Amino acid sequence: MQQRDVTLLMVIVVLTSLAAWVVWPGNSGLHIHFGPINVDRDIQVHRGLDLQGGMQVVLEADVPDGQQVDAAAILAAKVIVENRVNGLGVTEPLVQLASSNRIVVELPGIKDPEQAIRTLRQTGLLEFVDAGGTFLPAGTIVKTSFQEGGEFGIETPTLAPTATNTPLATATLTPTATLVLTPTEPISPTTTIETEPTPAPTPRTRVFRTVITGKHLEVAQVGQDEYGRPQINFQLTEEGGEIFAAYTSANVGSYLAIAMDGEVISCPRIETPITERAGRITGDFTLEDARNIVIQLRYGALPVPLKIVQNRTVGPTLGQDSITKSTRAGIIGVVIVLLFMLVYYRLHGLVADAALIVYALVSFALFKLIPVTLTLPGVAGFLFSVGAAVDANILIFERMKEELRQGKRFSSAIQAGFRRAWTSIRDSNLSTLIICAILYWFGSNFGATIVKGFAVTLFLGVLVSMFTAITVTRTLIRLLYAIGGENARDSKWLIGL
Amino acid sequence: MTDIVGKRYWFFALSALVILVGLIGMIISASRFGSPLRLSIDFTGGALMELTFEQPVTPEKIRQIFGDRGYGDTTVQTTSDERTVVIRSKELQEGEKAIIQAELTNEFGPLTELRFEQMGPTIGREVTRSATIAISAAALVIMGFIIFAWRKVPHAFRYGVCASAATLHDVLVTMGAFSILGLLFGWEADALFLTAILTITGYSVQDTIVVFDRIRENIPKRRGEPYELIVNRSILETVHRSLATQLNAIFILVAILFFGGSTIRQFVATLLIGLVSGTYSSIFTAVPLLVIWEKGELGGFFRRLFGRSRAAP
Repeated sequence: MQQRDVTLLMVIVVLTSLAAWVVWPGNSGLHIHFGPINVDRDIQVHRGLDLQGGMQVVLEADVPDGQQVDAAAILAAKVIVENRVNGLGVTEPLVQLASSNRIVVELPGIKDPEQAIRTLRQTGLLEFVDAGGTFLPAGTIVKTSFQEGGEFGIETPTLAPTATNTPLATATLTPTATLVLTPTEPISPTTTIETEPTPAPTPRTRVFRTVITGKHLEVAQVGQDEYGRPQINFQLTEEGGEIFAAYTSANVGSYLAIAMDGEVISCPRIETPITERAGRITGDFTLEDARNIVIQLRYGALPVPLKIVQNRTVGPTLGQDSITKSTRAGIIGVVIVLLFMLVYYRLHGLVADAALIVYALVSFALFKLIPVTLTLPGVAGFLFSVGAAVDANILIFERMKEELRQGKRFSSAIQAGFRRAWTSIRDSNLSTLIICAILYWFGSNFGATIVKGFAVTLFLGVLVSMFTAITVTRTLIRLLYAIGGENARDSKWLIGL
Repeated sequence: MTDIVGKRYWFFALSALVILVGLIGMIISASRFGSPLRLSIDFTGGALMELTFEQPVTPEKIRQIFGDRGYGDTTVQTTSDERTVVIRSKELQEGEKAIIQAELTNEFGPLTELRFEQMGPTIGREVTRSATIAISAAALVIMGFIIFAWRKVPHAFRYGVCASAATLHDVLVTMGAFSILGLLFGWEADALFLTAILTITGYSVQDTIVVFDRIRENIPKRRGEPYELIVNRSILETVHRSLATQLNAIFILVAILFFGGSTIRQFVATLLIGLVSGTYSSIFTAVPLLVIWEKGELGGFFRRLFGRSRAAP
């Protein structure tokens, strides 16, 4: 038995050192490049909004009461909101669906919450933009004629005057039309679309010509080309079809950038004139890409209007203040507990303290690794679970004391103590775990990450505490008595009898 | 051996007294605010803003500014000092927040927004409904769990029910205390309060289970002893552990209460009240209930209670 205990002790020491390394604030992170395993992660504490400062909003589909929200529509809305959030430049934003008609958005560390809200709710603008001979990679921000002045369509005077409601088309015969098919650009005769790495110019100052907008798009769907690769089929409205026919006839070989809210999402090249209102986009994209593009094509605007039903903003000063104060409070509390255990249980208390320190390190390391987002109640939950961890040790010691009072030998007292205490520990902690599960469900339905954070930290804390009680405490006690032998029994005071 | 179970009616009386005081608080609250506890915007909807200025401010003026823009029902409270205020109002329409903050800056100088929360009314209702479901689910699941885990013991059903009764006792005590604190200090129940209640539920059951576990172990060991004796012995055997654990938890919570940030102070205080009640109820409520059930005293108790009042002229 002693050999096994020593081995376990080694394992515990290694585990604790690893945990301590993870917990250490300045650690370098996880960088493993070994064969197929490629891990590159920074290990830091993930702070919740109330500790970092930031904003959380819950958007709800704004439909008349009782009307069901189409699942596809809310999913599409989420994707669109997510794109906009990504454009805000926030590190680690979060966009999630919460229940069937709500989207939760979290923006940690955002500087201008008001602006962010406006951005999220704006309706999307889809444009097909004449990029001429320039391939614009996805993500390029472009200024377009429609954005600048509401102008679209083609500007060549050969435009057949069919479009009765595009009076702007004629008004664009201004010499300031900066969109020019730069003749020096070589138009390579390849027939693939979208995979050409021609360098993009700086589209920032150019104002691109909007050919048609999302209003002119009737249908968009994912299909397959003759090789089985994904392609996007689309169909335009009558008006759109006419403009498009004229445009593509005059511009075979040019690039046509598709932009959403001014950002290019795709840039296919025109192969042949599209005169029947229906066309397709083929290229080197995955099914996933195709689907995403189709979503954005179909739902140029948000498919459902969104209203804000919940808004929580925490300023950064409050967040920092909370961290400092709760760290201090936590340390004070834990130190008092350590001292108390030492005084009340003496030798066993020392063992409990060691186990507690291991417990705290391992728990916190888990929080950093998984990662678990720490909120202020989450920190409170962690500290509370320290109390629960102590409880397991206390249960074990009280049992052991009873066995020893009855005169049993140490080895059997230890064994009996642990065995009898385990049922108590297991059943009582199980009820806490159940409560945590319920709290987690409650929290996720409302984007109340505060509640969720508490549930997760308490849950993990209880689990780890059960583990450390059984392994760490038991190993240390066994070793202690194996070394000290029955001599310790004479010093009744030391073992707290 | 100290007889705890024998004095059970004293302990019931103590519990009844505490709960009664809490109930009175809740009734007063209900008549004043329409619900037994002051509710925060998490449940009612509305807006909450915490601002800090560079100079002391007058709540009256702030209220007036809000009122002028059409938000009449606004409460303004100073918190830590004269410069920080917590403002609760109806939901602010779009753009209103910026306008109001501009006016406040005009009046009092530069301000910093510490936090801002706004809830639509429907979410508030849903939170209330979910909260009820959560609590009921927790109670049922735990009762079922205990009945299952104690199935080898005769009358396992009783253990489940008594444990739940003890938990209900704790919830009532905590709610009552919170309601009184709400009347005195303006404390409001929010999502965190619900979290505290559920945690207290978990903790109370945890504590009760430890005692019940001991009873479960002692019953086969001490056949022939009257139930009352076994149970009393079980309490005494576990009391050291109960006190030690509670003390440790209290140390930590008190440390957070005094040294931690202000935003979770209410949460921690609620946990503390529930903690103390939880330990008390495991020993002095759950177990005595088992005894009176076993001895069939419940019917006799009520008969005596009503019989006495009927006998009085």
